[in-house]
Amino acid sequence: MSDTAELLDLYERMAVIRRTEKAAYDMFLAGLVKGTTHLASGHEAIAVGASAALHPDDYVFATYRGHHHAMARGATPEACLAELMQKSTGLCKAKGGSMHLTHAPGNMLGSYAIVGAHLPMAVGAAWSARLRGTDQVAVAFFGDGATNIGAFHEALNLAAIWKLPVVFICENNLYMEYTPIGAVTAADRPAADRAPAYRMPADVIDGNDVVVVREAVAAAAARARAGDGPTMIEAETYRHYGHSRTDPATYRPAEEVERWLKHDPIDVARARLEALGVEPDQITGVDERAAATVAAAVAGAKAAPGADVAEAFTDVWADGGAAWRV
Amino acid sequence: MAGVKTDQDVITYRAAVAEGIAREMRRDPSVVCLGEDIGGAGGVFKTTAGLFEEFGPGRIWDTPISEQAIVGAAMGAAMTGVRPVAEIMFSDFLACCWDYLANEIPKVRYMTGGQVTVPLVIRTANGGGLGFGAQHSQAVENWALTIPGLKIAAPATPADVIGLMASAIRSDDPVVFFEHKGLFASKGPLPPDDHVVELGKAAVVREGTDVTLVALASTVHTALAAADTLADDGVSAEVVDLRCLIPMDLTTVLASVGKTSRLVTVEENPHQAGWGATLVSVVVDEGFELLDAPVRRVASANVPLPFADALEDEVIPTADKVVAAVRSVVNY
Ligand SMILES: Cc1ncc(C[n+]2csc(CCOP(=O)(O)OP(=O)(O)O)c2C)c(N)n1
Ligand SMILES: [Mg+2]
Repeated sequence: MSDTAELLDLYERMAVIRRTEKAAYDMFLAGLVKGTTHLASGHEAIAVGASAALHPDDYVFATYRGHHHAMARGATPEACLAELMQKSTGLCKAKGGSMHLTHAPGNMLGSYAIVGAHLPMAVGAAWSARLRGTDQVAVAFFGDGATNIGAFHEALNLAAIWKLPVVFICENNLYMEYTPIGAVTAADRPAADRAPAYRMPADVIDGNDVVVVREAVAAAAARARAGDGPTMIEAETYRHYGHSRTDPATYRPAEEVERWLKHDPIDVARARLEALGVEPDQITGVDERAAATVAAAVAGAKAAPGADVAEAFTDVWADGGAAWRV
Repeated sequence: MAGVKTDQDVITYRAAVAEGIAREMRRDPSVVCLGEDIGGAGGVFKTTAGLFEEFGPGRIWDTPISEQAIVGAAMGAAMTGVRPVAEIMFSDFLACCWDYLANEIPKVRYMTGGQVTVPLVIRTANGGGLGFGAQHSQAVENWALTIPGLKIAAPATPADVIGLMASAIRSDDPVVFFEHKGLFASKGPLPPDDHVVELGKAAVVREGTDVTLVALASTVHTALAAADTLADDGVSAEVVDLRCLIPMDLTTVLASVGKTSRLVTVEENPHQAGWGATLVSVVVDEGFELLDAPVRRVASANVPLPFADALEDEVIPTADKVVAAVRSVVNY
């Protein structure tokens, strides 16, 4: 694939994710999406850029803000929306919800809602790759807030001493829920400044530039596959919505919001495409196709049957059932 | 001499742990172990002695003091084609990685709609009687029982350690495996190579007609000692070794109560929310007509475990307490 064709493909993937999340937000307001959502709008380049750099059998672990990672690893917008809408066709049979999107066929092994919990799991998946003699890499995506929880530090240390093929990717969007990360962290760079203490190289990158992300992750994955151990990537980004649901995010200064909205990952990719000589019409065509994809996904998810109540008693155990006694 | 066991036929509970793991590691190359000091040191209780020598550092992994990373990494490995056996040195330390037992391991299969399977074993030294004080002695098997999605084994004999270990490691479901510290030095017959004890199958370890004592791990021996004393008084106690909390073999318990009409549980975990509460609730519901007397629970007192032997004895179940409880129900 040429540079242009590949970038157009990445652009389209981001455009689909952006529109899927917009649809989720609208349907949340309309009462069609239940529970909670943590939209990743603004973070798309991290998921799409990383996926472009990874092999299909590499492992990905994400957080409750993980719609973009599920879709970047191949979950369809319709299956994701159906899950959010509690439909039986949902990605997790309506037993996971927005915070737990998982797409095992793409080795996207889950979205975890206990902050930091999945970092040791990614270390374990990388350890497993080593034990089984494969060249797989495991990637943990996590927020800036996760860098202050114990599991983060245990995971970094274990990955470093065992030289495991892990890529740690911090999506630093400057905030935890409502508190700026800088206000509660004894380091300027919450992830990148901690990594050297574990003899781990760290990179701070523009997380809103899909090409930059792809290159940084490709380099870290190559290092991991070469047996040189884990890498920390701190990708700077910003969320376009509040933390969750309908949080208006009034705790963020207007000037800061404005500055980051001007650095929208989709606009950055578009500017790159234009610099490569792609005609605006062609980009508009891609946007239209993304819109059509998502419109069809919304229609499909809306039309799907609701959650199957019998599913409440399946999948506890590997035999498919839920028996606790004999 | 016919009928007399030679030393080779006998094994300690402690050595049975390593033997049970080794048998599975020989059978299945995807089984690996990780934990603190489990390698060359053989484990602080010597329950992994010999494994490092036989299987080497590629399968027996020493870890830092990082309970979250141990169990979290075991989970990640289990999700991706490995069968890890993770050791948490003392069961009290499960609290340090409780997120993985309470939120991650038991839920991931369910909340992903069956996409992810976690075939792992978390082994841990449980229980009191050794004077280790409140943070190294508690029987916490009831912690695990509060969580749908975990299977729970707690063997009472060396043979069951080996047989249940085989089932636990082969299980595609996560198993918390409680090894009792007070039993490590105990001895029993070494079972044959293919010995497997199915999870969720209780054992009637002594037959009786007047009362059913349901016990687990160390309390099986307490119950058996009580049964001996009671026999001298002409009271015939049946002792059921539950072996597993999940699956809980209520079929065997109800059948025994059908025979004896009386039930006493013997639990080392605290009385508050102990496993007997769940067991008894089913028996009084499904077996109300079987009962001729109130049910009694002999469990640890609702206090942290004290250090001094005399205080510890005061708090945990003893044969005397079981005998007293049984007398109160047979005389009802
Ligand atoms: C262990 C734990 N503590 C607290 C929470 C509540 N919580 C959910 S998201 C969040 C903020 C996390 O911030 P960050 O890691 O920066 O991720 P972001 O939401 O910005 O993507 C908090 C505190 C939680 N889910 N888990
Ligand atoms: Mg954040």
